[in-house]
Amino acid sequence: MTSAFSLQLDLVPGKSPAETTVVVAMSGGVDSSVVAARLVDAGYRVIGVMMRLWSEEAPGQSRENRCCTIESTNDARRIAAQLGIPFYLINVEQIFRRNVVDYFIAAYSSGRTPNPCVACNRTIRFDHLLKVALALGADYLATGHYARVRATPQGFELWRGIDTHKDQSYVLSVLNQQTLPHLCFPVGDLTKPQVRRLAADYGLDVASKAESMDLCFIADGDYRRFLQDWAAEAIQPGPIRHIDGRILGEHQGLPFYTIGQRKGLGLSSPEKLFVLHLEPETNTVVVGAAACLGQDHLRAQQVNWVAGTAPPTPYDCTVKIRYRSLDHAATVTPLPGQQADVQFHHPLRDIAPGQTAVFYDGERCLGGGEII
Amino acid sequence: MTHRIIYLDHSATTPVSASVLAAMMPYFSEHFGNASGIYSQGRRAKQALEEARATVASVLHCHDDEIIFTSCGSESDNMVLRGVAWTAPQTGRRRHLIISVVEHKAVIVTARQLAQLFDFDLTILPVDGYGRVDPDALRQAIRPDTILISIMAANNEVGTLQPIAELSAIARDHGIPFHTDAVQTPGHLPIDVDAWGVDALALSGHKFYGPKGVGVAYVRRGLGLLPAQTGGGHEGKRRAGTENVAGIVGLATALQEADELRPQEVPRLQALRDRLLAALPDLIPNTRISGHPQQRLPHHASFLFADIEIQGVLMGLDMAGIAASSGSACTSAAQAPSAVLTAMGVDASAAAGHLRLSLGRSTTAADIDTVLDVLPPLVARLRLIST
Repeated sequence: MTSAFSLQLDLVPGKSPAETTVVVAMSGGVDSSVVAARLVDAGYRVIGVMMRLWSEEAPGQSRENRCCTIESTNDARRIAAQLGIPFYLINVEQIFRRNVVDYFIAAYSSGRTPNPCVACNRTIRFDHLLKVALALGADYLATGHYARVRATPQGFELWRGIDTHKDQSYVLSVLNQQTLPHLCFPVGDLTKPQVRRLAADYGLDVASKAESMDLCFIADGDYRRFLQDWAAEAIQPGPIRHIDGRILGEHQGLPFYTIGQRKGLGLSSPEKLFVLHLEPETNTVVVGAAACLGQDHLRAQQVNWVAGTAPPTPYDCTVKIRYRSLDHAATVTPLPGQQADVQFHHPLRDIAPGQTAVFYDGERCLGGGEII
Repeated sequence: MTHRIIYLDHSATTPVSASVLAAMMPYFSEHFGNASGIYSQGRRAKQALEEARATVASVLHCHDDEIIFTSCGSESDNMVLRGVAWTAPQTGRRRHLIISVVEHKAVIVTARQLAQLFDFDLTILPVDGYGRVDPDALRQAIRPDTILISIMAANNEVGTLQPIAELSAIARDHGIPFHTDAVQTPGHLPIDVDAWGVDALALSGHKFYGPKGVGVAYVRRGLGLLPAQTGGGHEGKRRAGTENVAGIVGLATALQEADELRPQEVPRLQALRDRLLAALPDLIPNTRISGHPQQRLPHHASFLFADIEIQGVLMGLDMAGIAASSGSACTSAAQAPSAVLTAMGVDASAAAGHLRLSLGRSTTAADIDTVLDVLPPLVARLRLIST
């Protein structure tokens, strides 16, 4: 079958596609299914895998991880069979629990807003899974992420996906010069409608499949219920304090509040009040007027620079402070100890510690770090 | 890329042999009759059925009417456990069952259900580090109201043989029926129900180059058994349902063939298997044999590799064209440590590195060479991944 789009994958020198083994992380959904189909179409030796992630379990009931339900596993297995490729389930429950779920609970317990997808990509998908793939003799790991890898004389670069609505470079900002040479994202140069059309062209019955879930390990998607079940000790009522020092009421537990929040505070006040910040040391929610909200500055830690080295300082670029946020113009100053200082050109209302700040130069993702 | 698959999972299942398939073929479309029919096609089917029964009886050294054809080994185990337990109201209300902790799930789950839902007492005997039941433990577990003892002949996961004759003698001394799941043994051990001293025994056709979907329950004359599957009067009124004639013919042909090949295959496979048992612990650091080093099935090798999840090893072997398993019947990647290994005192992290290689008629010396080439570097690479 000929496809309307070219598949850009840099071959391992001296190896033909038939000699090049690509492990595809399959979800049963349309994106990773098209990834596998394109690679098979291009003549690569393709192996489908699916990670079995940790899921909530309680006595007498079993709850599925929403990224690897029995249904989606069967879908992935069926697609693999249709494409004539092997398919394996890889159990990562324990390391997922340790690196993603425990991190998620710890972050909320200390007043931060975690990003479990970034943690999963850093510790599971593009670390453990990649290592397994390479140990099994694969040359590449391919996923259905909307992002692009560019090989340049200076090294490997990470670019946004062509489809600006679907771009996932934000959650890939943890990649580096050790991982990128072994990765490919074969739908990164396509738009979602093009991917759907390709799925139809390939005869893949995945058109109606749901997207991957952000909080896949939370059975009902309700993180408050999850924290109550799994980290009840982290949820302690405490004072709501006005920035001027007055105690205005009681909050239900820090994890239930985010910076910039106005609704659900349960306060009767003539003033419109917003959550300004959370103080884990005193278990306090600090509120104040809209005028007090907004910062034009943040500090990031555990900063990853995709290129391997920090850019010359200071560096004008754009910054995303959440997966779905817009790009904000800023000046980034790399600091020692894997930190970075970010000075925005305009104040922002929703900078949340724990989320990832990701830096871009146009289409190119420079890297990112956790907001302190 | 490898073209020929090196199949080393014969304890899971085996291919139907050419002669077995040939023996079965006429019974699908040509001699298709219902064995209950009085006309020629029915008589032909009945004749094949009874010849098959005689063949199986001769291999097991028992009477024809002691052979019941079933759909699989699990059904045979179910039939015996339930069938004997359900005679309790007629046999002095004896309500105590004894099994071992290393039994196949067909025995364990059935016995647990009898205990949980039907008010039986269940004693589960422990095993030693090799997976063997201690005869003294059996002696001590027996009660006046013990109605059945079920202990497998050979374990599927670790290959260990039980001292069946010794265990069954204890049962006989106390007048208690003794059942054994012998599914792993045909072609590997001489089966003689009198020498073994068993009153019931389960076999499964596909474990010895016969077809899937057909099994045998040997039930000694005089052993009371309430049928678990009721309906017509098939199989001496003990298992209702139109007989799977082609499958039964296949099973009987396969059992006889396996028994005839046994004198040549056992030493051949044992020599190949012993190469694996001797070489792999040397080639792969921190490796030990699981199960008994000598008292084990002759085609069965199993290992515990430290510091590794066997899943990756199985994938890597598959990619190299070698079919193997971890030995437990996990159908998914969900990991609960094997109950057999746990009972043998293997901790959960060690149990995660369990590999079973079970050889068969297709296995050659070159296959063993390939395994010895492929496996050590694969384990070494995967061990570098810290989890």
